[in-house]
Amino acid sequence: MKHLLSINDLSKAEAIAILDTAQELARVSDGPMKKLPTLRGRTIVNLFAEDSTRTRISFEAAAKRLSADVINFSAKGSSISKGESLKDTAQTLQAMGADAVIIRHGASGAAQRLADSKWMSGAVINAGDGTHEHPSQALLDAFTIRKHLAKSTDDLTGIRVVIVGDVLHSRVARSNVLLLAKLGADVTLVAPPTLLPVGVESWPCKVSYDFDSALAGVDAVMMLRIQLERMSELFFPNAREYSRYFGLNGDRLKQLKPTALVMHPGPMNRGLEITADAADGARSVIVEQVSNGVSVRMAILYMLLAGSQEGDLAGDNKELGTM
Amino acid sequence: MSLALPAPDITRAITRISHEILERNSGSDSITLLGIPTRGAHLAKRIAQVIEGIEKMPVQVGTLDITLHRDDLRTRPPRALMPTLIPSLGVEGRNVVLIDDVLFSGRTIRAALDALGEIGRPKSVQLAVLVDRGHRELPIRADFVGKNLPTSIDQSVVVHLSELDGADEVLIEGGSK
Repeated sequence: MKHLLSINDLSKAEAIAILDTAQELARVSDGPMKKLPTLRGRTIVNLFAEDSTRTRISFEAAAKRLSADVINFSAKGSSISKGESLKDTAQTLQAMGADAVIIRHGASGAAQRLADSKWMSGAVINAGDGTHEHPSQALLDAFTIRKHLAKSTDDLTGIRVVIVGDVLHSRVARSNVLLLAKLGADVTLVAPPTLLPVGVESWPCKVSYDFDSALAGVDAVMMLRIQLERMSELFFPNAREYSRYFGLNGDRLKQLKPTALVMHPGPMNRGLEITADAADGARSVIVEQVSNGVSVRMAILYMLLAGSQEGDLAGDNKELGTM
Repeated sequence: MSLALPAPDITRAITRISHEILERNSGSDSITLLGIPTRGAHLAKRIAQVIEGIEKMPVQVGTLDITLHRDDLRTRPPRALMPTLIPSLGVEGRNVVLIDDVLFSGRTIRAALDALGEIGRPKSVQLAVLVDRGHRELPIRADFVGKNLPTSIDQSVVVHLSELDGADEVLIEGGSK
């Protein structure tokens, strides 16, 4: 594994290896000394051409806990806002000796372009590209679900997840469907037909237009943000109607099992896709998702950067204990 | 491949090491046993059982994963992390006994000392190994040794334990005899 661009790059064994590694690293984060020497001397660049709070600070915290040097780089205040191309930016980063670039970009496929090009030699981690994918978010969601609900230590077999809302514009939804299905979970997308992408019937999940009937027996409800900034036309009549049919409110909360989880990748539009009592209720793991994000991103950085790149992690732990 | 240590010898070595640990630390009150995964962790459990049999009281036993502190991370593919389980009393002020299967270059133990330093400040750190095969690359020695096995550098020492491999045995593989 050289880059992390899409969930499709990961085998099931690799995905589980990341989750297992994250679990051990979470234990370190709980301990008195949070800093590990593992990536000392490595340089990681956060290249954020789109706004972000959680993902950027979470990758930054993860890199710093592993002792890597972090350079933050956002579109505002850099030459990207002067119109510098991705190629020139990448070559600049290469010249500065970046070992890894964590990229968020408004264009789908930007991370892939960076990885396929010969512009730079470091690892590329996709932190969200347009409406395509956001693999680290899917991994932290799977980590959160597994921590609370998994019956086996391995995968998510038999766990029912509904993903509700703006699937059309959501890179989180796509990555989550691919990963959760890979791990054996039973995934249903719930959205108005206007907010479902073309070709959704080929995704490894079910699709429903009716939130209430999809709620029965569900183990985790993942709400998606209505991405108003990407909406150039009208996708639903008005906010009140959307939130009545597709919002998670107190009544729908009561229909859930006591053990069911309420999740949201953030940032939330309170009152639109989720009400305050659902977002702040006892079942909500929304804040925990953020802290799990640091452990999962530490695991991703560890897997991509700690070792040499000949061979992969899955199945290679036999040598431990003899050097 | 030759058998260096058969099962009964391994059991005897573990029993002797357990007695030596007790003798050195005047009982089991102050000791915390930390096994280095994978096989060191199983050896730590066995030593703990023997000590509990002698002292008739529970002994602090856990595991310490050293992967994140290794100095050869960059030269090898990434490795899976193993659990670090620190027993209830922690390591602060304790006599910590690190336990591993084979002592070779000493680099594992150096990494273990670093990992331990991040958890707390033990009163002392001692080292118990089943096999010391020589060829140290660092100034590290074991306090308790099951068996000193002189080997040549191109040989490898393989420890099998019944918990993982179905049988207890120590084998020497390869090398020109």
